[in-house]
Order: sequence, then C-alpha cells, then structure tokens
Amino acid sequence: MSTNTNTYSLSGRKKMVSNKKLSWSERIYLIAILKGMMITLRHLFKKKVTVSYPEKVRPFSPVYRGRHMLMRDDEGRERCTACGLCALSCPAEAITMKAAERKPNEIHLYREEKYAEIYEINMLRCIFCGLCEEACPKEAIYLTKSKQITRADVDRENFIYGKDKLVMPLEMALQNTKQNQA
Amino acid sequence: MDKTIIIDKAVIIVIVFAITMLMAMYATLAERKIAAWIQDRLGPNRAGKGGILQPLADGLKLFAKEEYEPNTPNKFLFKFGPFLAMTLALMTSAVMPWGDTLHLFGRDIILQAADINVGLLYILAVLSVGVYGIMIGAWASNNKYSLMSGMRAASQMISYEIAMGLSLIGLLLMTQTMSMREIALQQSGMNWNVFYQPVGFLIFLICSFAETNRAPFDLAECEQELIGGFHTEYSSMKMGFYLFAEYANLFISSAIISVLYFGAYNYPGMSWAAENWSANAANIIGIFVLFAKICFFIFVYMWVRWTLPRFRYDQLMNLGWKSLIPLALLNLVVTAVVILLTK
Repeated sequence: MSTNTNTYSLSGRKKMVSNKKLSWSERIYLIAILKGMMITLRHLFKKKVTVSYPEKVRPFSPVYRGRHMLMRDDEGRERCTACGLCALSCPAEAITMKAAERKPNEIHLYREEKYAEIYEINMLRCIFCGLCEEACPKEAIYLTKSKQITRADVDRENFIYGKDKLVMPLEMALQNTKQNQA
Repeated sequence: MDKTIIIDKAVIIVIVFAITMLMAMYATLAERKIAAWIQDRLGPNRAGKGGILQPLADGLKLFAKEEYEPNTPNKFLFKFGPFLAMTLALMTSAVMPWGDTLHLFGRDIILQAADINVGLLYILAVLSVGVYGIMIGAWASNNKYSLMSGMRAASQMISYEIAMGLSLIGLLLMTQTMSMREIALQQSGMNWNVFYQPVGFLIFLICSFAETNRAPFDLAECEQELIGGFHTEYSSMKMGFYLFAEYANLFISSAIISVLYFGAYNYPGMSWAAENWSANAANIIGIFVLFAKICFFIFVYMWVRWTLPRFRYDQLMNLGWKSLIPLALLNLVVTAVVILLTK
C-alpha cells in the first residue's frame, strides 16, 4: 500500500504523539500541579457515588427478574400441568420435573388432570432469563421481583429448589383472590 | 528555680503531648476521609457517627493483632526502630510556640515547653535524626525490601535536608534569631515570612513533604515496589507506632510551616482584639488561629498526597540535587544581597 500509515487513521481518532521539548515553565511543573490540585479539590465537593447499601437500596429496573414462583389459581390450586415446555425452553437446562396423574381426591390441589410431582430448578444453573415464563402456556411460572435470589450456602445440593420453595404459599394465593374479588 | 515554672511547663508538656496524639489520631481518619472524598467515595462512616470512632477502632485492631517478629539477629534494634521514630516525632514539639504569653493566676505563662535560643537548629537536628527510626527498623527487619526502603529513606533525607537547611538560612538572615518564640513575635499583624520568602517557603514545603516521607516522595514505603518498605515485617502496635509517628510528624511539620512562614499564632486584628477585649482573649484566639493554620496544612499534605503520583527514585534525586539545592542557594544569595542593600 502506498498510503502513508502515519497519517491514515481508520477510526479518525488517531493522534500523533508529540515529543516536543517542555518549556521552562512546563518543566517546573508547578502550574500543572496546581491544575491537578484544583481538579482534586473539585472532586472533594462533588456528589459521592457511593450508595450506603443496607440503609439505602438502589431502585431496581422495572424489568428485573428475581426468584421463580409456581403460581396458584383463584381457588388455590397449582396451575402447572408438567408439560415440560419451560424445561425445553430453558437455555441453561436448569429445570427438571416429573409429571403425575391427579387422583380424584386431589381436585382441590391441582387445576389440571396432570401435575408436577417433582419440580426442581437448579439455582446455580439458572440465568434468570425469563424464557420459562414466556414458554409457559398455563401462566404457571413467573419470575418475581424478589430481591433475594438465593440464600448463600456452602452445599450445592441446597441450591436445587424444589416445590417446597417454589410454589406460591397458600395464604398468599387466598389473599390475592380476596383482593381480586374486592 | 521557681517551683511554679516547673508546674507550668509540666502542664504545657502534657497538654501538647495529648494534643499531638489526638491530632495524629484524627489525622488518620482525616486522611482516609479526604482520600475518599477526592475519589468520590464516602470514606469510613460506620464506627460512630460519621466514622468519628474509627481511629479508636483502628487502634484496638492493631492491639489485637499478633505480635510477629522476623528471624533476625537484631531483636533489640527491631524493637528500637518504632520507639525511636515515635520519640523523635514527638520531640520536635518542645520548642513550638503554641501561643503568646498568657496572664493567669497573677503570672505570665509562656505557651511553649522550652524557649531555647537555638529552637530552629533544634528542630533541624531532631528532624534529621528522624530518619534513624526508619533506617534502624528497616535494617533490623532482615528483609531485602525493608533494607532497600531504609536506603532510600536515608538518601532522600540527606538530599532534602540540605535544601531545607539552605532555605531556612534565607529565613534566618531576615529574622536574625533562631528562637522560635521571637520568630513568631516578629510576624505580628500580617508580617508573615511567606510574603518575604516565597521561594524559600516553596523549597521548605517541598522538602517537608520529603522529610515526612509522604507522597509524592513516599519512596520509602511504596506498597507497589517494596510491599510497604520499612514496615513490611512489622505488625501489631510496632506497626501502629510507625504509622502513628508518621502522622505525628505530619502534625509537627505543619506546625513548623505555620510558625516559620505563616505567622504562627498571629492574625490580622490581634492588636485590636487585645485592646478592646483583653490580652488573654486575643492570645487564646491566637492559639485557635494557629491550630486552624496547622489543620489547613495537614489538609494540604493530604490533598497533595491524593493528587500527585509518586516520584521515581532518579527523579527524586534530580529534583533534590539539581533543582532545589541550586534554587535554595540562589534564594540565599538574593536574600543576603537585598538585606545588605536595604540596611
């Protein structure tokens, strides 16, 4: 190539390094030091960026996705039918489940004839992308706004959340129903 | 000798000692706070309101730490180093005039531990011995990083002592006295020495930074190269003594700058206050003015530390020998000529 690489710049931001000799006033650095000290003085009075965490919590994004919850319907029955679409859509392969058939005396517990006997999410694998929520045809799984995603632990087994931790508490479902009726 | 004078001096010494300790203690907090503010952070604010108990917490932590001793044949020197650093840091305050004469209980009390006629010389002497604390500790640590730090500290002190001494001779030519008390008295009103010796002040200030081993001249304890330098091997309260001595030094050298160049306890309107209120009131205000000046210079030290990067070793030597010493000599000659011509 015949182009002079010294002046040619792809980004248009290239700057030539100048190695000019410093003048006497530049060499004693006093002015430069004073300039620098003025900059730090300005920062001294600037608004601080620190958030005093436990007292102040930064506002979460409106699209924040927290821990999952398996929903109940208005009558407090689990919505999940164990179709497996959430597990299929999960890019991290964090969800496993085992389906079971509803017995006649369990009608008040599960909405459909099939339900998830075991429903587990591995919280160490989950990336909280929310694809399970989008895939679910029964509106059974949601990612809540819960600020605590998982509890800290030293045992990996404890990060596999079963139905005991994932299913919406019954009282909460009843309260929701009351609110909806009111 | 009069008995009361001994009591007076004892009280003054105890108060000065306590204040030096207190200032050094809170200088550590101030340093952390100012560092944080300059970096847009909040700084320590958990211990007490706004972090006011942080120095106590730090001290308690240091006391609780394991007392580690390296495998060194110089056990005595290893203990002697921090002790010497602390002692010498506190010794300088002896000749500092903290205020003018107070009239209390029917006698005059000079607010100075010792008014010796070679006060300035005493300060220079104690300051230059100050490096021994670092050198001895560094040597006794039996650690190559510490040794390098000690060598750096020694050569730095020697180089900057000369320029410091020369800049002070310029001041001395003007004051015609070495007594700190008289130097303070001469600067009454706005007759501050800094207006007559601006270049001398600048040299003295730069050298003070070097003498107190603070940034941008903290080569002796640079964490990045020497893992803390002379206090690498120190732990627990010995380490605390070194750190504390550094802040005591900071306080003392701010006091020296205030007394020598910024009119000590003098402030504009002091004579007016003495006439309209009372001499005692004017002098007590003077003590607070002196402390305000000292606090300002402590702030300047910290401000500079968190602004400027550290000098390289050769740059430090170049600045000391090739710039500051010739400049100090020139300042000395010009001062001498001007004094000769105006007399």
